[in-house]
Amino acid sequence: MNLKNIKNNLFKDYLNSTISTMLIIGLFYTAYYLFLYFIVNGIWNGDADTCRASQGFCWSFIRAKFQYILVGLYPDDKLWRPISAFILFIGFISYIKHPKNWSSKNFSYFVITLLLCAFLIRGGFFGLSLVDSEQWGGLLLTIIVAVCGVIVAYPLGVLLALARRSSLPLLKYLSILYIEFIRGIPLISLLFMSAVLLPLFLPEGVEIGKLFRAQVAMIMFFSAYMAEIVRGGLQSISNGQYEGAESLGLNYYQKMRKVILPQALKVVIPPTVNTIIGFFKDTSLLVIIALFDLMYTAKASVTDPKWVGFSLESYLFIAVIYFILCLMMGNYAKYLEKYLKKENL
Amino acid sequence: MKFLSIVFISLFLIMQISQTVKAGTLANVKKNKLIKCGVSTGLVGFSAPNSKGKWSGLDVDFCKALSSAIFGSPNKVKFIPLSAQQRFTALQSGEVDILSRNTTRNLSRETNLGFNFAPVMYYDGQAFIVKKKSKAKSVKDLSGATICTQQGTSTEQNLAAYFRKHKLKLKVKVFESFEESTKTFVQGACDAYTSDKSSLAIFNVKFKSGFKILPEIISKEPLAPAVRHGDDQWLDIVSWTVYALVAAEELGLNSKNIHKHLKSRDLNIRKFVGATKGNGKALGLSKRWSYNIVKQVGNYGEIFSKNVGKKSILKIKRGLNNLWTKSGLMYSPPMK
Repeated sequence: MNLKNIKNNLFKDYLNSTISTMLIIGLFYTAYYLFLYFIVNGIWNGDADTCRASQGFCWSFIRAKFQYILVGLYPDDKLWRPISAFILFIGFISYIKHPKNWSSKNFSYFVITLLLCAFLIRGGFFGLSLVDSEQWGGLLLTIIVAVCGVIVAYPLGVLLALARRSSLPLLKYLSILYIEFIRGIPLISLLFMSAVLLPLFLPEGVEIGKLFRAQVAMIMFFSAYMAEIVRGGLQSISNGQYEGAESLGLNYYQKMRKVILPQALKVVIPPTVNTIIGFFKDTSLLVIIALFDLMYTAKASVTDPKWVGFSLESYLFIAVIYFILCLMMGNYAKYLEKYLKKENL
Repeated sequence: MKFLSIVFISLFLIMQISQTVKAGTLANVKKNKLIKCGVSTGLVGFSAPNSKGKWSGLDVDFCKALSSAIFGSPNKVKFIPLSAQQRFTALQSGEVDILSRNTTRNLSRETNLGFNFAPVMYYDGQAFIVKKKSKAKSVKDLSGATICTQQGTSTEQNLAAYFRKHKLKLKVKVFESFEESTKTFVQGACDAYTSDKSSLAIFNVKFKSGFKILPEIISKEPLAPAVRHGDDQWLDIVSWTVYALVAAEELGLNSKNIHKHLKSRDLNIRKFVGATKGNGKALGLSKRWSYNIVKQVGNYGEIFSKNVGKKSILKIKRGLNNLWTKSGLMYSPPMK
């Protein structure tokens, strides 16, 4: 944008010039205020009392709570484990994210990577000591729940979608019943059921971990939504494809696996990523059943007697984390869309 | 894909299912070498975790005292944070052995929910807070003033009932969350804010003093630990742990001086520290159970002052929670 452009767009006539000037002044004023708040008056060193006395952002709160908000109560001396699992995970994701690297071999490597990450985080055998799931927390737990949820719910959703379009009435109606039931209730009530009702129905002495119960509820919820997206993809494939596959003599499994699903799933990638982003943010509902997710650790940080009352800092910090992660996923969806358009699907 | 999901689910099941055989709670606790103690998700002064996951607070210290009584060490407790909605099922289903989570004792909870409450650990009640420069000296001066409160709790009903009874004009603003309602009050959109007195104390910490609490208390909120119906031995232990904390303060025993009283001549103290046997055996505990509580955790006064009283940030006065000899309600039956 050169000078002439600026003049034409912002200062065309008196009215426009006035509005632009006011907006620019407002912008500078806001920027100045934010600069004062975050940088000049921000407290980097010092305790809660120093922070309370100042007018700025309390960075030392973030510093004190950084580890807690990111990994919860994960033991200090074993911190390298979630960190290396995270690096491993990000590394493999950034490799496999290009559609040209999609292959069944790479997919099995992906599963192995995930299992390795799970092993690193949890431990319990081969010399790594056990870190119980109750010590996982913060961003770590949010990512675990989101990744496990997507990995399990996605195939489940595909199966549900296939069942819903199946010609076997029993299978079809069961699937419709499941999908419509789950979609008809809010996630929060499903979580409550898993946290509050389920333990009452279990036989005496059998205890299922809170995290696992919540994870199952989230998978149930997400798979129903996934199923509807995949069904949309299946419907968009023309009948000619189905008939063509059948005329080659392929059976049902081969037809779906080799011909229909690869096309259908590709078509629905953008809405899938969209739903995954929604799912990622939905994990913050775990806070109401007192699981130590990102939202919970932010909330609990504010009730630490030493650091009472820094809610703005705490919530702003996790808002930034959520925003960055969702932005990354959103950008990825955009990239995929563009790439797949080039492929002329 | 299907195979994979099955593998994942079964892996998780193996990880998560732990079989425990139900016997008496004490036997279970001893077998696990751990007390599962249900606490709040974070309430300053009662139960709140710090960055290292170390819990502190009045409710937390009670579970530590219980651990000292049973194991002779205050650290054999697993704190399980529970939301308000979860807490009762968690106790009913056995997810926790004891609920020590600022829970008000009342009739329906004791009967319909099937709980037994131990003696009260903290007498709370609903109160009002106003800005220091406000002219109101009592709730009676608040007629026609705007009062902020949080939605859906009994706070709202108590408020309406009290104002109706005293023929005051009520203008109330109800908010969904604690943060939102307190912020509105601090910014001056309402003249007063009402909630349990213990949670009002935080205002002067959070927003640098400048607030005063009005003298009236308009509801009764006796907060007590709860256990399941039908396990009398466990209830005895929990109840007498509360009493032991109070009795120690009555007897003048605290964590600093109790070791000097091991050879005391006072009969009550001899019973308390286990020099004269009997109390521990009757409860199914060691003879030093109450000695350990005080030595390792402290007496009631110490716990109070450390978590909510004058040595804490909240600076709540003892009031009803003082000993009966000092015109409070804390009273322990004879420990003999």
